Amino acid sequence: MPQNEAVDGVRGLLRTWIRPGAVTAAQGLLIALLALSTHVALFVLSLVSLLLIPVFGVGFALFPVAIALVRLCAGLHRRLARWGGVEMASPYLPAPAGAQFGTWRRFRWVVSDPATWRDLSWLLPGAVTGAVCLAAFALPLYGLEGLLGLPLVLHLTVGFGYGPFWPIDNLGEALLCIPLGALFLVGGLAVGRWLVWLHLAFARFFLPPTRTAELALRVRQLTVTRADTVDARAAELRRIERDLHDGAQARIVALSMSIGLAEQLVGDDPEAVRRLLAEARETSGQALAELRGLVRGIHPPVLAERGLAGAVRALALAVPLPVAVTVDLPGRPAAPVESAAYFAVAEGLANVSKHSGASRAWVELGHAGGRLTVVVGDDGRGGADPAAGSGLAGMGRRLAAFDGTMVVTSPAGGPTVISMELPCELSSPRISPSSGTG
Amino acid sequence: MRVVIAEDLALLRDGLIRILEAFGCQVVAAVDNGPSVLPALIAHRPDVAVLDVRLPPTFTDEGLQAAIRARAEIPGLPVLVLSQHVEQLYARELLSDRLGGVGYLLKDRVSHVDQFVDAVRRVAGGGTVMDPEVVAQLLASRSGAGPLDELTAREREVLGLMAEGRSNAAVAARLFVTEKAVNKHINNIFSKLRMPPSGDDNRRVLAVLAYLHGEDGRRPRTPA
Repeated sequence: MPQNEAVDGVRGLLRTWIRPGAVTAAQGLLIALLALSTHVALFVLSLVSLLLIPVFGVGFALFPVAIALVRLCAGLHRRLARWGGVEMASPYLPAPAGAQFGTWRRFRWVVSDPATWRDLSWLLPGAVTGAVCLAAFALPLYGLEGLLGLPLVLHLTVGFGYGPFWPIDNLGEALLCIPLGALFLVGGLAVGRWLVWLHLAFARFFLPPTRTAELALRVRQLTVTRADTVDARAAELRRIERDLHDGAQARIVALSMSIGLAEQLVGDDPEAVRRLLAEARETSGQALAELRGLVRGIHPPVLAERGLAGAVRALALAVPLPVAVTVDLPGRPAAPVESAAYFAVAEGLANVSKHSGASRAWVELGHAGGRLTVVVGDDGRGGADPAAGSGLAGMGRRLAAFDGTMVVTSPAGGPTVISMELPCELSSPRISPSSGTG
Repeated sequence: MRVVIAEDLALLRDGLIRILEAFGCQVVAAVDNGPSVLPALIAHRPDVAVLDVRLPPTFTDEGLQAAIRARAEIPGLPVLVLSQHVEQLYARELLSDRLGGVGYLLKDRVSHVDQFVDAVRRVAGGGTVMDPEVVAQLLASRSGAGPLDELTAREREVLGLMAEGRSNAAVAARLFVTEKAVNKHINNIFSKLRMPPSGDDNRRVLAVLAYLHGEDGRRPRTPA
């Protein structure tokens, strides 16, 4: 029906032209307002506060304040750029402890960060490219004025001009303003988008972290995760040493004592020998059970035998509620990643059976975009907090050593979903060793 | 009784051979790696195979895979699988053909020589032998929901011993009660778990294990 076609046409127009056009115009206006007001003001403020340093040191306190405002403005541009599809990370060095406003430490932190000077050097050129963005707003608006026939109305009442006709001399010129307005509108929208892009592309020379700053941030992050890993590893080894020393090792000592004693008594007291040997067997069984538990904690045998998919299925079987396991892995991750993912799932499922009160749970393993994705979910009462539960926080720290991430969503009333991602490549497709069980 | 053994550690292999031969078994082949297991089983057709789960060359679960493949070739071939650790997952795979003649034990159990040899004989006779640790895992993972919690402590004990594959007489001896009392407990268990009664020992054990594995339809697990 023609009516529907008309509606569809309007909708199409709205989607392809009017909505993005309005967004661009709004962005242009915002950028231009910022450029014309704050950029210049902030530059002047920063300059003045620097000049005031010799004057009783007023500048020492004032400069960090000015820079904080500059960073707000630059941060806003980084966010605008993200809307435009240009990713810009924050380049600033983290503030040292005790760097409140007014302290010398604060001043030193701000001055020694190269990002401060890059922000400042961007302010004035950015103000120029930003001011030009006003056209992205003004041109379409002007075109709209002509298109709606406002010049005609004004010509008839007070006398007015539009575009090249200034003032409008006759009705013909006034009517001509309408197609002219349409031209301005379309041209303004097209140019406006380009102007906003130009402004953001120019800002990219100044606002994102430099390669050096990126590397510095990366080093800082790696230092933290490495320290965590080293600590965790040391604690783990201490625990294993203690368990071996107090457990299996002690039992084997007792075992050899029993056997030695039995050896002494073998001719004289067969009944005592029998008792000692039975005792020895008992002790060896306990030692083996302890070693088994220890081995499970170091590297579960089922993980070595079946890989991550099989080991997670084995874990799911041991949980006293139904756990649906979905695996979509075309190959096997590297052994350390498998191990990290396994223990994360184990921790997640242990939380499910201990705290969630869930009636069912699910585990999903997948691989996409060079990342292993692991999801552990349950339909329990929710309210799991990584900050409160040391188990979840420990999981996050272990994954961080692999540049992995963990996101917990657990609203009160559930469901709880823990999503983990670990960057890793998969080895060649698995020659399926297991029959399909789950 | 003719036995085939697969165990890669010479010390344990010799120990197994010595124990089995001391109790009148004939070890017709003893192999030390995964790929030779299946040909040995097919060539010798033993009365029972005693297999280690982890074998060279990959040191994963070759022994278990060989057991499953051998039973696909020779249905019901009695296999007793030994391991340093036990997994519900592996028990489930071994039991999946529901033919009996399956054993799954921790290697520790070999030290109770008479009980171990008894287990070998029961598996050779078509019975089922599950390690107490597997049964404990099964009971733990199925507690907290459903009819299992309606059982009395004594009935759970009987259920556990039954799942390990023990005969009524053995259960009675173990619990110091009469066989009649054990029969009464078993009847109670089957009616509480709403399972059809069965006179045949072997079939009853398999039914109990299937129930504990959640394969009775009452507690569906989504296949992965």
